[in-house]
Amino acid sequence: MQNDNEVLIRVEDLKVHFPIYRGVIRRQVGAVKAVDGVSFSVKKGETVGLVGESGCGKTTTGRAIIKLYEPTAGKVFFKDTELTSLNNEEMRHMRKDMQMIFQDPYASLNPRMTLRDIVGEPLLAFGLASGKEIDERVAELLKMVRLSPDFMLRYPHEFSGGQRQRIGIARSIAMNPSFVICDEPISALDVSIQAQIINLFEDLQRDLNLTYLFIAHDLSMVRHISDRVAVMYLGIIAEMADRNEIYNNPLHPYTKALLSAIPVADPVYYETRKRIVLEGDVPSPANPPSGCRFRTRCPIADAHCAEERPEFREITSGHFVACFKA
Amino acid sequence: MANELLNVQGLETRFKTPEGLIHAVNGVSFHLKEGETLGVVGESGCGKSVSMLSVLKLVPMPPGEIVAGTAEFKGKDLLKMTNEEIRQVRGGQIAMVFQDPMTSLNPVMTIGKQLEEPLMLHLGLTKAQVRSRSIELLEQVGIPRAAERLKDYPHQYSGGMRQRVMIAMALSCNPQILIADEPTTALDVTIQAQIVELVIKLREQLGMAIVWITHDLGVVASIAHRVAVMYGGFIIEEANVKDLYKSPSHPYTIGLLGSLPQIQAQTRQRLYSIDGMPPVLYKKPQACPFAPRCKWVLERCWHENPRLEPVGEGHRVACWADTKSGSER
Repeated sequence: MQNDNEVLIRVEDLKVHFPIYRGVIRRQVGAVKAVDGVSFSVKKGETVGLVGESGCGKTTTGRAIIKLYEPTAGKVFFKDTELTSLNNEEMRHMRKDMQMIFQDPYASLNPRMTLRDIVGEPLLAFGLASGKEIDERVAELLKMVRLSPDFMLRYPHEFSGGQRQRIGIARSIAMNPSFVICDEPISALDVSIQAQIINLFEDLQRDLNLTYLFIAHDLSMVRHISDRVAVMYLGIIAEMADRNEIYNNPLHPYTKALLSAIPVADPVYYETRKRIVLEGDVPSPANPPSGCRFRTRCPIADAHCAEERPEFREITSGHFVACFKA
Repeated sequence: MANELLNVQGLETRFKTPEGLIHAVNGVSFHLKEGETLGVVGESGCGKSVSMLSVLKLVPMPPGEIVAGTAEFKGKDLLKMTNEEIRQVRGGQIAMVFQDPMTSLNPVMTIGKQLEEPLMLHLGLTKAQVRSRSIELLEQVGIPRAAERLKDYPHQYSGGMRQRVMIAMALSCNPQILIADEPTTALDVTIQAQIVELVIKLREQLGMAIVWITHDLGVVASIAHRVAVMYGGFIIEEANVKDLYKSPSHPYTIGLLGSLPQIQAQTRQRLYSIDGMPPVLYKKPQACPFAPRCKWVLERCWHENPRLEPVGEGHRVACWADTKSGSER
């Protein structure tokens, strides 16, 4: 999207394991390896899409980047700062510049707070504004997300899902962040409202020079909004490439299956398309398969895939894939 | 020409709520032929689920109330049946699959026990027959080691597997109509694809008619023969699946299709978005319910509600405006 190739965020071998405890003395008996070695970077002004099915670790990755979950291993660089070594207070200040938008516009707004308090809270928390200044800034933010400033003293229950998501967006841009993690921001919304919100994201990116990590399971929406796309499966990135490259020339068998499973609003398309229907379900991240994570459902897996974990390697410029057969 | 199985005319359903009367369905008419799959598309609150629940009298009454309409199933009006009579139809000749496979199954009963129920109730099979039929059903919907898995509880099944069980249950009495209410919405895309493929395969084997309710225009394109688009408690457009996607004629249908990103598009285009939001139906709409959001809106749209009128072979639209010329039809 932009010419400068300045990297804004770099994730190196990020791991997030959630311990499993059993018994009276709460002995740790294992771990859910939600994210198990993920590396990627996001350039300034760019949108990177992170797609995958439920439980693949996409949300955990997003949350671990801004340390809403403590990473088990790995490093996250934001601008020049390494985030995993920061303490809570230092991290709190970093978050002025990196914000998150959540999936559920009903659960992520406090029902007992007015819009002014919700959107103005970050300003207050960092002592950046007070009194009248907050009102002015909130009014400005509401206008930016196409809501009327007259709504300022109303409560979240008076708004529809799409409007609430706009409120959440206004809150996230209140601090003028440079990086916003959008965690399934449209999946709870109706189709006609989804397009409104996506257009808003694009406008804000242009006007405020935002960088997005866009987490979603809707592959067609991700292709629409992203510059580059990473496909996750069971805690790892299976494939990552430019938006057109990954859709035109998918190399990982999981990406191929995922793309062929997208419902397309064109009945003629189905007359010629051959669907790759994957067998079975995603294995448990507490007990992932040996070697390649995808081998249990992979149509082309062989003995080698069970023994060794494929490296996430660059096949052509900017196209990374973790598969021996690619 | 195939026989007509279900014919619904002028269906109206409303709900009494503390905030007032909600007019959920405002005069819906459609028909379903043998072996045909009808897709019913629309956003939340458009009345698509309530219409189908009304047909089977599954709307909780009160607060729900079916105010008007008929629903003839093989010549008999379902809406006039007694509770006992309609119970014989439900789960037997007309079966239903719901959106959430977690809440539709009883968590403290084994899958086998839950499969048994309709078989004993509707078909009156013996214990041994029930068991072999249950295994056969689970195998039919692609559940491996079916005999062992009968003893398992719902939480031991994954989401996709549970939806397969729901389908097995629905199919257990060889229904003539399967009503599927957002059956794949809660599932991941690869699992969704499995379920859609399964239903298409079963449809070919068993020859049942299907009503597939969804908000996903992509899924409907893959499975339906005919599609009805709903808005504000009305069907606003109805057509064969290819005609609908090739030449959508109602401004709402055009908007919905335009707001989907094109997966084949190589360059980024701005999405078409419909301004505003769907109506809350405290009043029965007297004018076109889509008028406040419509690009083509005419003077007449604010006063009169258009009826579904034919615009082509099997293609009907409820709109005063001709979206091609912009003038009145």
